Amino acid sequence: MLIKRPSDIVASEITPRAVFEDRRRFLVNAGLGLAAGAAMWHGMPAPARAAAAKLGPLADSPFSTSEAQTPYKSVTSYNNYYEFGTDKEDPARNAAKLSVRPWTVSVEGLAGRPRTFDIDDLLKLAPLEERIYRLRCVEAWSMVVPWVGFPLAALLKEVEPLGSAKFVEFTTHYDPNIMTRRPILDWPYTEGLRLDEAMHPLTILAVGLYGEVMPNQNGAPVRLVVPWKYGFKSAKSIVTIRLTEKQPATAWNKAGPQEYGFYSNVNPEVDHPRWSQASERRIGNFRKQPTLMFNGYADQVASLYQGMDLRKNY
Amino acid sequence: MLQMLRNPSAPQLAVIKVAVFLLCLLPAIDLAIGWRNDALGANPIEFLSRAGGEWTLRFLLITLAVTPLRRLCGLHWLLRLRRMLGLFAFAYGVAHFMTWLWLDQFFDWAAITHDILERPFITVGFAALVLMTPLALTSNRFAIRRMGGRRWQALHRSVYAVAILGVAHFWWLVKADVLEPLVYALILAALLGVRAWWRELERRRQLAAPPPARHLKHPVIRIVPK
Repeated sequence: MLIKRPSDIVASEITPRAVFEDRRRFLVNAGLGLAAGAAMWHGMPAPARAAAAKLGPLADSPFSTSEAQTPYKSVTSYNNYYEFGTDKEDPARNAAKLSVRPWTVSVEGLAGRPRTFDIDDLLKLAPLEERIYRLRCVEAWSMVVPWVGFPLAALLKEVEPLGSAKFVEFTTHYDPNIMTRRPILDWPYTEGLRLDEAMHPLTILAVGLYGEVMPNQNGAPVRLVVPWKYGFKSAKSIVTIRLTEKQPATAWNKAGPQEYGFYSNVNPEVDHPRWSQASERRIGNFRKQPTLMFNGYADQVASLYQGMDLRKNY
Repeated sequence: MLQMLRNPSAPQLAVIKVAVFLLCLLPAIDLAIGWRNDALGANPIEFLSRAGGEWTLRFLLITLAVTPLRRLCGLHWLLRLRRMLGLFAFAYGVAHFMTWLWLDQFFDWAAITHDILERPFITVGFAALVLMTPLALTSNRFAIRRMGGRRWQALHRSVYAVAILGVAHFWWLVKADVLEPLVYALILAALLGVRAWWRELERRRQLAAPPPARHLKHPVIRIVPK
């Protein structure tokens, strides 16, 4: 399989658009300048999209949706990656500082053969598939993203989880030199899944999107994607995967235990304490649409939660 | 130039008023152009909603800064701009509300009532807008004359509550990073704090005033602010 090393062209290196937005924002914030000036800024053409390294060949997946995909520009410029800033455009502006080579992912804990994987080995661990998934953010917006990745189960099987392993904890990269030092969340960002959720065929480790290497702001070089849970469960830029017996602490749950539960399955019937989860705005659409139970993946995952009170286990 | 800044003549003040009016319109123009050119990012409705809310808060704080600035710098003519600034705060507030009502909820009245009643941050924001409405409606000479200066002023003190509710509305909305609402809260605290401090100074001054002159036959009642 041919996989180009992406070190020669990092997609996020070429984002002069951010500069232009910066200036426009300054104009708004300062409340200075002339309307004509503002018109000029808006009229400026966006620079052409960078040519990121292609990933391939990619297998199709029966799990992919045929819904309209969210444009690449939106997927890569509207991100929640708080380490790089809390405005949606911040990660696209700031994540270029992230160096994704060398990179290793340590898989440890209750495993028969714990191991540290080099990112380039990880890319060859299993055939890469295109998975076109719905992504539902806890903030009530959604996208359709063509991820590139492979089932997390393939990686976990490599390390042979022990019978005592019940949960999987994900720890993400944190470097205070390039990321915020403000304790917005308890850095490094951690997330967790039950082992059966982690082994589910829908759960993938994604290494790219739109057939190309993962842009930094989307969680390069490797991130989790769990499509039936709110987006924050899908941790970005993972460095450690740990098999544990006890339910791991997760970053958002620590920040707001009443608002962000361990499960955080997409559920239109259980509202966030501060806003409704009954509907969502698909990025690019004007009108909202109803949110589906388990983000539309109920047929595949509802059985995981049989007999559980999903109001209590939000 | 300095003289003009201290005490502008009537025509100068007219020019200043027009300039400030146009300046206050700029954010709206910028957002409108951004909307038309699809330059407000991937989620333009959210961008518009956020920007409208922030400009409402900014204009509220600017309006509340007039009195302290006037007193600290002696720029008394600033008072002549206050009504316009306050009305701009209201206009951006209405635009912010309409963005939510129309673009965000698309007149889904069930969801709108539910949100206003059940979601504290929306309740608080809505309350701020409701409280602002009578202030906007009485921002004219006719209303002042009809109500009488004292009553008018008492009513318009509710702008303090509006600003507090507005900042609370922002604070409650953010997920984890309260830095931005904190900045607004600190500025508001300073603007309200300086008023409270001046009031206290005035109370002390009056308490320390010399006892009433002996030659008055009847007891003199001194009114000292609390």
